[in-house]
Amino acid sequence: MNDQSKIITHDNLLKFLDALRTSGKDLYAPQRKAQKTFFLPVDNVQSIVFDYVQTTESPKALLFPKVERLISYEYVDGQVQVMDHAESRKVNECILFGSRPCDAVALKTLADFFSRDVPDVFMQQRHDALTIISISCTKKDENCFCTSVGTSPGDTTGSDILLTPVEESRYYAEVLTEKGRALVDALPEYFEISGPVEKEKYVAKLENVFSSEEITRRLSKAFDDPMWNDASLRCLGCGTCAYVCPVCSCFDIQDEGNNKRGDRLRCWDSCGFALFTLHTSGHNPRPTQSERWRQRLMHKFSYMPEKYDLLGCVGCGRCSRACPVDMNMKEQLEEIVAEIKAI
Amino acid sequence: MNDIFEPTVVAFVCNWCTYAGADLTGTSRIKYAPNVRIVRFPCTGRIDYNLVLKAFEQGADGVIVSGCHPNDCHYTSGNFHARRRWIVFKQLMEYMGIDMRRVKFSWVSAAEGAKWADVVNTTVQEIRSLGPSAEFSEMKGEGIA
Amino acid sequence: MQALHIKAKELLESGRVRVIIGYGEGSSGRVRPVFIRNVSEAEKLVWDNRCKQNLAVYLLKPEIKKIGMPAIVATPAAVMSIVQLISENQLKNGDLVALAIEDDSVTEISDDVSLETYVQSHPVIFPPSVKEEIRTIAEKSLQDRLKYWQDELSRCIKCYACRVACPLCYCERCITDVNQPQWVCVASHLQGNFEWHMNRAMHLAGRCIECGSCTLACPVGIPIGLITIEASRVVEKEFGQKPGLRCNAPSAMSTFKVEDVETFIK
Repeated sequence: MNDQSKIITHDNLLKFLDALRTSGKDLYAPQRKAQKTFFLPVDNVQSIVFDYVQTTESPKALLFPKVERLISYEYVDGQVQVMDHAESRKVNECILFGSRPCDAVALKTLADFFSRDVPDVFMQQRHDALTIISISCTKKDENCFCTSVGTSPGDTTGSDILLTPVEESRYYAEVLTEKGRALVDALPEYFEISGPVEKEKYVAKLENVFSSEEITRRLSKAFDDPMWNDASLRCLGCGTCAYVCPVCSCFDIQDEGNNKRGDRLRCWDSCGFALFTLHTSGHNPRPTQSERWRQRLMHKFSYMPEKYDLLGCVGCGRCSRACPVDMNMKEQLEEIVAEIKAI
Repeated sequence: MNDIFEPTVVAFVCNWCTYAGADLTGTSRIKYAPNVRIVRFPCTGRIDYNLVLKAFEQGADGVIVSGCHPNDCHYTSGNFHARRRWIVFKQLMEYMGIDMRRVKFSWVSAAEGAKWADVVNTTVQEIRSLGPSAEFSEMKGEGIA
Repeated sequence: MQALHIKAKELLESGRVRVIIGYGEGSSGRVRPVFIRNVSEAEKLVWDNRCKQNLAVYLLKPEIKKIGMPAIVATPAAVMSIVQLISENQLKNGDLVALAIEDDSVTEISDDVSLETYVQSHPVIFPPSVKEEIRTIAEKSLQDRLKYWQDELSRCIKCYACRVACPLCYCERCITDVNQPQWVCVASHLQGNFEWHMNRAMHLAGRCIECGSCTLACPVGIPIGLITIEASRVVEKEFGQKPGLRCNAPSAMSTFKVEDVETFIK
């Protein structure tokens, strides 16, 4: 019997989360706003929702905020003081509740990607302070394709605790890491020991729709293929897909300030924007949406696997749900494998 | 004794009328509130509404926009374009919840030195009673991790 | 829908148009923009009450323009956009064939006069909820209005879906992309979001035809059209000018009347 496997009732789960929230940690969980579901700070655990397939935005903002202060300067008594926020800030302990297994894999990929060569201290600090409590998927929709990209509705990768809903409003809790153990050991009264649980019985079943290795193989020959033009005709070049994606990591550095004080900020950017690759000379190596759409797919499924041995997609389906013109990356990938030209 | 709040007011004025009028205020030795920082433009038609937003973002408590009277514009019609712009900008800002009592618009000609002093003094007095500008300073930093 | 398929085939076969911009079946029961270039694909076109997105935005997309003469399945709002784009010299007489569909009959409209006539006889019925929503916001106190917009705009991630979905946002270099000077902060903090949406509304004042595509496009559910619609309504109220009705209408914000009235410039 694995003593890291536990059972927790739904009511006790809410009490457990409330106890975490009131212990001074930041708690983020899915809540409804404007008829969509977002990861928001929790004021009241009763507002946490459980019946969604996937949230609109990913939880990546907890590691990679949409705007993050890197350095600040201020003129004080005639002297410039510079503050390196990586050194001076204290990142509060943070609990992410309600991420899906695909999200946990994505956050792990993101943290991995940012720790290569020169480790990104800003993300590392947030990663160190973050504990991830995911919930396995019992439902899926037509936009999900996690099993085609190496994960699954009950995957434990990247989570500190994984909850799987079982019968009678209970969850089978797999406590997977030191961080997860620390939370449970601090509040053991809410958990019961569990016997063996056949998780596969409870999680959603998702057929593979393609093999990501096959995609990588075909894409390695597809750079000059004319299919990109037709495939990208309806793409309008906004940043929605990149911003809702839990793995997309492009950013821009912006300096905002005056002669008294200012900040250097890191903010999200998207390779879909027309001017993303505009050089100072005026040359733009990706002048039409065709090159930019190609970049999106190839970066995720060809360049990242080839260079870093990381797949840039976890099949969460958020991009397809949010895209204003229904680009549907999953469909396009299926077509690449089937070698059917897109409209 | 409590400190009286001294507002910072930025004035965007046109060179040919209001700026000249402000010169006249000075040469006439008319005293007026020192809270104002005057920025000179060739014409009110050149004043971008973004400058008003930037002034508040940078800490101004009030803004004055002033130029030639209609039909007196040095460039014939710059102030007419400006007038249309301000009509829309003012209502749009109010719709967004920005207090447009902090922005004062006026026509001050090159001969109206006394009027300029009056515009500044009245504005500073009103801004003083409104207190320091809060909307933009409270927004600053929101949404930055 | 059958009339649409027949018309589409006829247009392509005769060589009068090279591409038909329309709606096709998408994923999850949605419709998506499609670009029909072969007769064999004409039956992919659909027309039903899911077809709300303003497709006029594709008329100015360089990759589409390159294909050649377009026909466009046009909702009344799209026709208004086309009229407005003509009045702004972005399209000219004869640049396109608009296909207006009513009760399974398709009318071809391609010249300025017919476009104007169509728009005037087919006023766009905007959801009454829009008027209601604007009134609700306008009736709040100033502080409550500010709180409302701060709450909504704090979700904005500056994806610019609102901008790309709008047929009238066609600047090749948007003000947000200008960095000398940096008028609008790039970052999506609250102040930057306010700046962006205020600028967009001012740039669309008197030009926004209230198609609602921006609100449909917003991934985080901000009723973003309520800002640009208000800007256009102010222009209509103050200057009596409405966009999208005449092909040679003067541009409201770059013209003026000596008789323009205001009470706040002392």
